[in-house]
Amino acid sequence: MTSPLEQKKIRITGPSVVTANRTHDGVVIYRTPQHDWSSRLADAAIVRTSDEARALLAEAAADDVGAIGAYIAPVEIKDNGEIAPGNLREHVRSEGLTIELPVPA
Amino acid sequence: MYAYDELDRTLLHERVEEFRDQVKRRLSGELTEDEFKILRLQNGVYLQLHAYMFRVAIPYGTLSSKQLRALAHVARRYDRGYGHFTTRQNIQFNWIKLAELPDALADLAEVGIHAMQTSGNNMRNVTSDQWAGVAPGEVEDPRIWSELLRQHTTLHPEFSFLPRKFKIAITASEHDRAAIRIHDIGLRLHKNADGETGFEVLVGGGLGRTPFIGKSIKPFVHGRDILSYVEAILRVYNQYGRRDNIYKARIKILVHELGIEKFGKEVEEEWQQLRDSALTLDDAAIEEVRSRFSYPAYEKLPHMPDELKQAAHDPLFERWRKNSVFPHKVQGYSIVTLSLKPVGGPPGDATAEQMDAIADLADRYSFGEIRVGHEQNLALPHVAKRDLPALWKALDKVGLATPNVNLVSDIIACPGLDYCSLANARSIPIAQELTRRFANHDTAGLIGRLHINISGCINACGHHHVGHIGILGVEKNGEEFYQITIGGRADESAALGTLIGPSVPYAEVADVVEDIVEAYLALRDSPDELFIDTVKRLGVEPFRERVYATR
Repeated sequence: MTSPLEQKKIRITGPSVVTANRTHDGVVIYRTPQHDWSSRLADAAIVRTSDEARALLAEAAADDVGAIGAYIAPVEIKDNGEIAPGNLREHVRSEGLTIELPVPA
Repeated sequence: MYAYDELDRTLLHERVEEFRDQVKRRLSGELTEDEFKILRLQNGVYLQLHAYMFRVAIPYGTLSSKQLRALAHVARRYDRGYGHFTTRQNIQFNWIKLAELPDALADLAEVGIHAMQTSGNNMRNVTSDQWAGVAPGEVEDPRIWSELLRQHTTLHPEFSFLPRKFKIAITASEHDRAAIRIHDIGLRLHKNADGETGFEVLVGGGLGRTPFIGKSIKPFVHGRDILSYVEAILRVYNQYGRRDNIYKARIKILVHELGIEKFGKEVEEEWQQLRDSALTLDDAAIEEVRSRFSYPAYEKLPHMPDELKQAAHDPLFERWRKNSVFPHKVQGYSIVTLSLKPVGGPPGDATAEQMDAIADLADRYSFGEIRVGHEQNLALPHVAKRDLPALWKALDKVGLATPNVNLVSDIIACPGLDYCSLANARSIPIAQELTRRFANHDTAGLIGRLHINISGCINACGHHHVGHIGILGVEKNGEEFYQITIGGRADESAALGTLIGPSVPYAEVADVVEDIVEAYLALRDSPDELFIDTVKRLGVEPFRERVYATR
């Protein structure tokens, strides 16, 4: 598989985060400013330039043991500073299913 | 049921231990994800939006009650208490942890279930008619041939790294319930003029980005030659299939680009090299597999037992019976379809409690056997008619007696953007809303047979191309839109649907479907003319006018 860094030129048009899935259980995770992973979008490191995005993705992709499939995802920074997913796919990944489970969680 | 032997059991246990070691090495960092990915895919493990997804094969759609309980156990112990039955006689678990997967596989291996070749570029689960062995008028039980092909192609080194995934389906009935014409190879069992059993072979069917209906490549291949003929097709595909472009890698593209005549000629030449080889099945080999399928000791029962006569006075029972109960080859017995499409529910999902309940009911009423159909419903294949009223009551208690089989709310849907990393749009909420719109079963009964199929992306896991009404989710400027087709079908008259017009936003899909159904009710010749026949007679134009006149 091609490294995410080699796939295409990295260009972001707004605030973004780096996200992946945790290796041992697949849980959605976000790269943090502390060079670690968190399952909370609120903990994610925000990048605003393509160079920052490339650097954060490189750091995240280097952790092949802890995370799978790191990529850059758009986010929206609300007036109160809250980080919100930037599209529906990321909303589903961050917030969970838009439907009720057939059994109580 | 098919009885596995010691060789099968050893294979499964060795495979589990091999995968356990691979998982251990992945978690320790000894294997990179690049190295591990192909190994997990060969064991049915995908990575989806929220978690790993684990796809388990149900060969030719046949399950014992013991096996279904094992699936319930996996759902309960390793997942979130439910599973999702797919359009290819598999079950998927959506929340499984990689670290626990080897244990889940080991538990399934104890009852002869596995996940080998449920993903990856190899021969997938060989599927068949969910009524195999019990359908009236069937040539013979197609599962015998499914099993022979399964054995031959499982871990076959030549077919473990094909250009792309490869799917075979087999039917032995005139009415095709296995959707063979949308498979890479479709096999239709029939008898020739000399009374010999063999197959019409279709090739190059498939949906996805570039849909095709399979083409007949040979009208009759004798049963003894089926392994060599399928192998000849696979060899031609393996040699010429496009490995440079994933979108052109399926055999349907090769067949389309070469043309069926040229492709057929290549296969014939290859087959002449193979046909009188060790691949020829002698009678003893066929009988060996045939003998390992056991059939119930049916009783001699009346066609119309008193229990059924009495229950016929209950209109709710009668509605369910007319909708969900089908003729069986043995007098006094029925095939019962269990709808996994409750009003407001995700299509194809079953909870662990429901699976356990079905297993118990199968033991009580169906000789311990359950079937899985590509329409994402289950069936009990051997129910004595006298037991139908009691079975209905028991199914109703666990939410499995929705009388909507083959009706407008019996929807096929892929997991869509709620689960799937490939999806562009959601499928399940669309299906749920449609089931609410058509929740009145009397109205649905008046509408008659109508299949709605929904896919959340062009990969078409929800078979939208062949839905009487097909719904395809696309993304436009970050919003979910849906293309609507009508006139598709997946049976013996398989056809691809025709787009009726521009895509519509998420919030309007159910309204559009209601408009299409209302147009059909106004346009049909008589209540006996099915939706699909009205579309065939009139084309899409009157439906297009109805849908877009006010939009």
